[in-house]
Amino acid sequence: MDGVVQLQRQLLDYTTLLFQEGFLNDQFTQLQQLQDETNPDFVVEVVSLFFEDSERLLNELANTLDQQSIDFRKVDSHVHQLKGSSSSIGAQRVQNVCIAFRNFCDAQNTEGCLKCLQQVKNEYALVKNKLETLFQLEQQILAAGGSIPM
Amino acid sequence: MGMAGESQFHVLAVDDSIIDRKWIEKLLKTSSFQVTVVDSVSKALEFLGLQKAEQRNHHQETKVNLIITDYSMPGMTGYDLLKKIKESTSLKGIPVVIMSSENIPSRINRCLEEGAEDFFLKPVQLSDVNKLRPHLLGWRTLVEI
Repeated sequence: MDGVVQLQRQLLDYTTLLFQEGFLNDQFTQLQQLQDETNPDFVVEVVSLFFEDSERLLNELANTLDQQSIDFRKVDSHVHQLKGSSSSIGAQRVQNVCIAFRNFCDAQNTEGCLKCLQQVKNEYALVKNKLETLFQLEQQILAAGGSIPM
Repeated sequence: MGMAGESQFHVLAVDDSIIDRKWIEKLLKTSSFQVTVVDSVSKALEFLGLQKAEQRNHHQETKVNLIITDYSMPGMTGYDLLKKIKESTSLKGIPVVIMSSENIPSRINRCLEEGAEDFFLKPVQLSDVNKLRPHLLGWRTLVEI
């Protein structure tokens, strides 16, 4: 079926681009490699947990940084969690912003932290969008009777 | 996926991150371990404590052969759990592996000195989990509890 082959090529090209642009790294490949017939939704499940957890953390960060007297240890704790979870799914660019973010926390630099918060929100929104597109492509392939190329 | 007549090793995993719990559970199951996952040290101790009671009732199934724990957790840390295990006459035979996203040599040394079997840098890989079996086979598999 030509339609399926085209979709599969589209998926491969899209995935390659995401890696080239640094949105995803090898850890994401590790996730994909552990997915099998006994657990065909594994990657989507893990990434969905990441989305929920990240949104919670971003809200907490916004609240913590909005206080009169900022508790930088609390900020750092949230960023540490976000850094960890983004690293666990291979969301490289989110992870990188978190590293810079923690440095500003250590320095108790409010302006730096606020800038990083904005940056990490942007990077999160981008990777979320990209991953959702990727999953949609996979669904289209499966719906057309094809299999996901690795 | 165990072979007939061979019981699986049971690993207790401790991590406060829901994403990391899902990941370590998948890694351990892929490597044919029986897995219990908890989100805190207090829940881990509860599980191990309950295990003691069940053992007195001759239930062998919940025996834990290895504990793998995150280092940084709110409340009691993985290091605190390690210390509690090694201080317990009944539990100190259980090998403990520490995981951390931070590569801090002094932290690693501290854990190894306290009796940790190994230290894995996060994100943990399948190759790390595959290293667990030799650790387990090197120990007495019958732990008197």
